Amino acid sequence: MDFLNGLVALSNFVLIPAMAYGSQLALGALGVTLIYGILRFSNFAHGDTMAFGAMVTVLVTWLFQSMGISLGPLPTALLALPFGILGTMALVLLTDRMVYKFYRDQKAKPVILVIVSMGVMFIMNGLVRFIIGPNDQKFADGERFIISVREFKAMTGLREGLAIKTTQGLTVVTAVIVVALLFWFLNRTRTGKSMRAYSDNEDLALLSGINPERVVMYTWLIVAALATVAGVLYGLDKTFKPFTYFQLLLPIFASAIVGGLGNPLGAIAGGFVIAFSEVTITYAWKKVLVYWMPESLEPSGLVQLMSTDYKFAVSFVILIIVLLFKPTGLFQGKSV
Amino acid sequence: MSDTMKNTLLFALVALLIIGTGIVQSWNTALFILNMGLISSIMALGVNLQWGFAGLFNVGVMGFVALGGLAVVLTSTDPVSEAWAAGGPRVLVALLTGAAVIVAAIVLQKRLKGRTRTLATVAVLIGGFVVYRFLFDPAVDAIEAVNPAVTGHLGGLGLPVLIAWPVGGLLAAGAAWMIGKTALGLRSDYLAIATLGIAEIIIAVMKNEDWMSRGVKNINGLPRPVPYEIDLQQSESFVQGAQSIGLDPVMASTLYVKLGYSLLFSAVLILIFVAAQLALHSPWGRMMRAIRDNEVASEAMGKNVTKRHLQIFVLGSAVCGIAGAMMTTMDGQLTPSTYNPLRYTFLIWVMVIVGGSGNNLGAVLGGFLIWFLWVQVEPMGLALMHMVTYGMAEDSGLRAHLIDSAAHMRLLTMGLILLLVLRFSPKGLIPEK
Repeated sequence: MDFLNGLVALSNFVLIPAMAYGSQLALGALGVTLIYGILRFSNFAHGDTMAFGAMVTVLVTWLFQSMGISLGPLPTALLALPFGILGTMALVLLTDRMVYKFYRDQKAKPVILVIVSMGVMFIMNGLVRFIIGPNDQKFADGERFIISVREFKAMTGLREGLAIKTTQGLTVVTAVIVVALLFWFLNRTRTGKSMRAYSDNEDLALLSGINPERVVMYTWLIVAALATVAGVLYGLDKTFKPFTYFQLLLPIFASAIVGGLGNPLGAIAGGFVIAFSEVTITYAWKKVLVYWMPESLEPSGLVQLMSTDYKFAVSFVILIIVLLFKPTGLFQGKSV
Repeated sequence: MSDTMKNTLLFALVALLIIGTGIVQSWNTALFILNMGLISSIMALGVNLQWGFAGLFNVGVMGFVALGGLAVVLTSTDPVSEAWAAGGPRVLVALLTGAAVIVAAIVLQKRLKGRTRTLATVAVLIGGFVVYRFLFDPAVDAIEAVNPAVTGHLGGLGLPVLIAWPVGGLLAAGAAWMIGKTALGLRSDYLAIATLGIAEIIIAVMKNEDWMSRGVKNINGLPRPVPYEIDLQQSESFVQGAQSIGLDPVMASTLYVKLGYSLLFSAVLILIFVAAQLALHSPWGRMMRAIRDNEVASEAMGKNVTKRHLQIFVLGSAVCGIAGAMMTTMDGQLTPSTYNPLRYTFLIWVMVIVGGSGNNLGAVLGGFLIWFLWVQVEPMGLALMHMVTYGMAEDSGLRAHLIDSAAHMRLLTMGLILLLVLRFSPKGLIPEK
């Protein structure tokens, strides 16, 4: 019984939150990695692209809520998501036309593109704050829990409760669907194949008649969709605040690099590696260990390896370790 | 138009802008812009050393600036003797133990081979962590329990605050050396992410390690290198002097203090600028630019690229640290939660790019110009919004929203300036020769 109680506590506080967070990071990292693979630069504006997508979705959600449209137990934001994706697609295509295309035609060095993306980051950040303001916004509605602590206790008779929030379940399910769609697209469709060809070897791809502008356009469209989904899921699960999206940049990049920049499979693995390490290292293990250790050995302190504010440090340290020992990432990434 | 002529005109324009602020708004604002402009210029010089001279992409400027601020606390505040008695030595021992564990792990990594290497390193790290926490935690609790409302930290060394400036440089240099050792061999994007991360970690440490910096409880009333306004207002000779030139004593005292800072900061800026200029035109500076332009060729000429990169990374970061210490001194308080990467990292980058990367004069110009815009875009945006919404109804929601949002115009403007300069004048206002 004690073992089960410990397991439930572990799932409740570590496994389930880490699964949800990992899915969000994976979706974000997929966007970064696709840009890196096709356009060959690290996009610093990605966090703010996510914020923009989430913002459009929040605004449309509010509109639907005021019109009385809802999805019953599911959050209305799901209904607004397609509009968010469309808005973000328009924005990134516009920035590509107005900003990035010029440097692509010039064949500018990647680092110049990174600096350009810093400028785009400023503008998108300013735009989001300008439209919706810098504060927390609530837009989650519908049923809060799939299983609440009380129901779980009544169901199993265990001392520890288990809660699964709707948003957590939704995050994982959506992430699985999105990733499946993405891989189907990349592996099965003509456009997807041409994207992979372009990413593997630009010259050969051009030689076989692949239109680079078309590849770039599709990449931006996919990245916009991924960023919006990631941004909305994160906002539903936690809260929508423009600045937190900017701060997500670090764990997202860490995920993409740990998995191997340019490798979509790696981005997903990286997202979960980072999420699980962040949550396990900043979790106070006492609650679980009380059940699992014999009474004489029970810990007196919280057994928290690091305080939660150091979660950036965790992703950073993993990043450094991977870079030092396996510079191309866990899965073979690109090294330009 | 010759280059000298053009540069003089550009600087004259900036001077005019600041003097204009003095006439239109107030001289206090103008001097504030001047002082922060001086500090920004120094930071821009530091980034220019790394990016302009050597092509190193450092987006962790905020971390080094914050370390400079920490140096002010550690050098110039008075030591809290009770806290030292409660756990000072133990904290020091714990920190030394932590450092020893890391060094031991690195040595093992170098000496051993194969599976024993992995096992031994992991064992040392885990064991070391337990010992470290065993020593560290009780000491920290004891220190933080000492009068938490006022102190709750170890305090500093009680030295004159001006000494904190070079100490800030040293602290930043030390951190930069450690980062450089691990991350400089990596590609440029990786270095960018690594520095971005380290800056966040430095801020996290300053927010959480209350025994050192009081964390988010902030430290107020840091010592100053210039007199206090209130003392000046009470000194008779000062009041008479102010009245004889027709100034209100209160106003005169604030201006006097700000001018004092301006002089100090100008001295530092000139010192660093001359040093950077000499470095740029020395054989060392030429070697740096050669490495930047073609690493392989420089390596073939027998230059140690990694070592040179480390050297200039440490130097540039030290300059940022000095500027950070100066800024905290002027603010008179350390507030770790106000460090924001947009303001302290990316804005400095805008300064360097707009001014002209690779040119020290450009970095200084960029520092002043962008800082001026950063301060003034807000009132300008507000005026613009009032103009745009002039025809709208008083109680219109859109009007209120637009006027409220004017404050966020500055980020938009900075992004726009950066993109426009990169597009139409990628070498900046004063290009590298």
